[in-house]
Order: sequence, then C-alpha cells, then structure tokens
Amino acid sequence: MTAVIDASTDPDANVERAWAAASTVVDPELPMLTLVDLGVLREISIEGDGAVVAAITPTYTGCPAMATMRDDLIRALRAAGFGDVRIRVALDPAWTTDWITPAGRAALAEAGISPPGRVRAGSGSTGSTGSTGSTGSTGEQPRPVPLQLTPTRRAVQCPRCGADDVELSSEFGSTACKAMYRCRTCLEPFDHLKEI
Amino acid sequence: MAEVHTPKPDEHDNVYAGLLANDAHWAFGTRPEDLRSEDPLAGVDTTVPDGVDPTALAAYCLMLGDDALVLSHRLSEWCSRAPDLEEDIALTNIALDLLGQARLLLVRAAAADPAEVPILPEGSPVPDEDRLAFFRDDSQFRNVRLVEAPNGDFAETITRLLLFSTWRLALFQRLLRSRDAVLAAVAAKGVKELTYHRDFAGRWFLTLARGTTESRRRLLAGLDALWPWWAELFETHQVERSLAQAGVGVDPASLAAEVEAVLAEVFVASGVDRPSTRPGIEGRTGRDGRHTEALSRMLAEMQVVARAHPRGRW
Repeated sequence: MTAVIDASTDPDANVERAWAAASTVVDPELPMLTLVDLGVLREISIEGDGAVVAAITPTYTGCPAMATMRDDLIRALRAAGFGDVRIRVALDPAWTTDWITPAGRAALAEAGISPPGRVRAGSGSTGSTGSTGSTGSTGEQPRPVPLQLTPTRRAVQCPRCGADDVELSSEFGSTACKAMYRCRTCLEPFDHLKEI
Repeated sequence: MAEVHTPKPDEHDNVYAGLLANDAHWAFGTRPEDLRSEDPLAGVDTTVPDGVDPTALAAYCLMLGDDALVLSHRLSEWCSRAPDLEEDIALTNIALDLLGQARLLLVRAAAADPAEVPILPEGSPVPDEDRLAFFRDDSQFRNVRLVEAPNGDFAETITRLLLFSTWRLALFQRLLRSRDAVLAAVAAKGVKELTYHRDFAGRWFLTLARGTTESRRRLLAGLDALWPWWAELFETHQVERSLAQAGVGVDPASLAAEVEAVLAEVFVASGVDRPSTRPGIEGRTGRDGRHTEALSRMLAEMQVVARAHPRGRW
C-alpha cells in the first residue's frame, strides 16, 4: 500500500490526485460509467485538518447503490494514500440526468443502454430548489406539474441496431433509473436511462 | 485494509460481465467496520431553522415519512404477485422511491428531535431511521389512513397510488420553498419521482376505466372503497398548521383546489364521476396516531424480525 499522504501540505496537487483516484470508481449497477460520468461525484476538497472530503449526490432517493458508491470511493481514496477520507452528501441541487457527461452517454450506448434525452422543461425537474431565503411566499402557488396520460414520447434509438422504431414496454425497469423498451426492427428489448 | 481483488474487464460478451467489475461488492459480511456508517444525511446541515420547534419539526417529518413508509410497504406486498412482470417491477420501483423518501424524512426527524427515537439496548447498531420504522407502535405512526388500507386488487392499488401521488406531488412542489434545507432537498428529488408515479397510475386508471366491463367495475369499486379516506388528506393538523406558518411545512388544506383539478382531468378522460363528497371522519386522524386495524397487522409483519433482534446488524 502507498504511504499515507498528508493532504494538507499541498492541497491543490492533492485535490488533483484525489480526483484522479476517485475518477476510477464506477457505478455498481452501471459499471460502464464512472461516478464522474454519472455526475454523482460533485466535489473534492481538502479540509484544514488534512481530511479529503468527497461530495456525492444521490441519483434517486431510494437508490440502494449509494452505500456501495460511498464505500468504493473511500476504498479508492485510501488506496491512493489518503488516510482520512470523508463522504459528504450533497442534496441540493438535486441530481439530474443532464449531468451525465458526453463520455458517459457514449459508454451507455456502447453497452446497449439508450442514454437519456434532455430533461423536458416545466417538469419541475430543473434548477435549484430555491431553498434559501424564500420565506413569506405563502400566497404564491407553484405551477402544477402537467399530467401526462399518454405514453411518454421520447426520441429513442435502439442501441443495438440504431432503428428509431421502438416501443415503450414500461416506464420502470431493472433499476430505479431505467425504463424498458423494445425495438420493432430488430425485436430486441433494451433499457433506456430515463430523464429525471 | 483488506486488498480488494478487481478482475480485468471481461472481454467475453455476456450480460454478467458487469457483475465482475468489483469483487468487493460480493464479499458480503466482509465490509470493514469503519465503512458501515451510512448516514444518508452525512455532512448535511440539519440545524433546525430559527423560530421552529424541533419537536414539531420532527413530528412533521414523521407524518410525511410515515405516509411514504407505509405505502411503500403496501406496494412491496405486490412483489412477485402483480398482473405481469412489467407492473410488478413498476410497483416495486415506486415502493423503493417511497422508501428512500421515508428514510431521509425519518433521519431528518431523528436529527431534529432525538427524543422521538425509540431506545434500544446499549450497543445496538440499529440506526435511527430503522429504530423509527421498526420499533414504534401503531399509535406512534403519523401517516394518513389512506395509505394503510390493505391493497385490494390491482385496480384499487392503482387508484390509491393515483390519489396519493397526485396529492403528495402538489405538497412536495410547495415544500420546495421550505425554510428547512433538508425538507426542500427531499422535495426537489421527490417531485421528479412522484411525477413518474402519478402519471403511471393515471395511465393505468384510464386504461382500466376504458378497458373491459370487468376492469371498469373493479376500478369503480376500488375508488368507492378508498373514497372515505380522501378527505383526511386535506385536514390540517396543528403541527402542519404551525409549520406552514413558520415557512417550513405545507398546510394540506391549501392543496385541495389543485389536487382536485388534476384528479378531475383523469376522471373526465376516464369517463368516471367523482364520488360525492362525504363528511370527513370525525375526531382524531392518522396524523394523531389514530389508525385502523389494518396498520397494526401490517406493522406486525413488517417489524417482527427487527424487533426479535434489536442488536441485529443487517
């Protein structure tokens, strides 16, 4: 094992080293994506006491992969020589699939998973919660999220044959973040990472 | 620290290749002691906002958390029993989202007022949210009674999900502006999840209503069975009132117009008449800890293993 690094000596270089180590950690359920590709790893900082703090944001509130991601990050940072590693949960702003990087989208498609489209406007899914300082706004009512009684229409291509004649089998799939589709051309089923 | 063996990527094209990405994930029971802290609010500022009574805030978090926890458990009872695989997966996915919301809300309740958390034998590793979920009695649960009724058939389950998620989505949209940063963040994530839940339930409601005579008959029977519990969702408890006034919570009575409008949209598309308004149930409500027998039975099953092992590590 590498000698333990005193991260407080050269914070800039160590933040860079920590990013390099953390960037190797992959999502346990989508192992073709690193936590950086996924947009889950938000920030790495060095505290005054030399501790490395990695901030991660949950994808779905109930996503059971979060505990594994946390453990894997701690392991990777320790293996890189950082003795004191802490994980901070960043809840605001809420994660969105728009944070998945272009490299991540390409890796998903390569693995047979259709990458998410852009989050549609007006779905209450964009921007910060505005949780700071907006007191006394009781009179003002938010715009209701529009009801959608027809199947969600997305421009989805079959990741196997590239055809765009696909049908939605279910808005829910093998993990919280996926919907299930079927290609009408090659007849193969496939997952689509749904917009959130 | 034990070395973790990470195999080289598998060049064989098979669906199991991804499972081999990291052996650490499969080494059950070997997780180092110091990696076992899983506080989902680690590093999050849980200071109670100025002028807010911590006990009231904890009670409010339990109300919203118990709604999600109890419905999550009911939905998970469908696991392996839904009409087909897709719906089985959908219902359990929704249950998982609600369980996640419940977890954060129960953790937030415990952080606001540790006195709410049941006391277990010294040295018990059971975290606060599990203590709240598994070691409270029925009369300490604060959920609305709509969520505790037995599932009924698929039509009734869909109807309840439509009613509940329409209401909760409207509530969470207002909770986005909560002065409590944790509640606002839970709401921000919850709004996205609940939108999927409501639209899923709305589409099934429409399908069953416009489907066969039998599917329509079952749907209407389910709606009729659940309707007596509907009014309770808009009754304001003292805790809700005080937290709404403090800019932290939402007064459920303020949701009625919007929720009824969304519901009316589904009813019109489905050719279903809104059941006539009945007087709310007199007296104490689920928010006060007054429940039906169904909750006691549900909790008996949900809690029995945890209660048998108060020092258990899971």
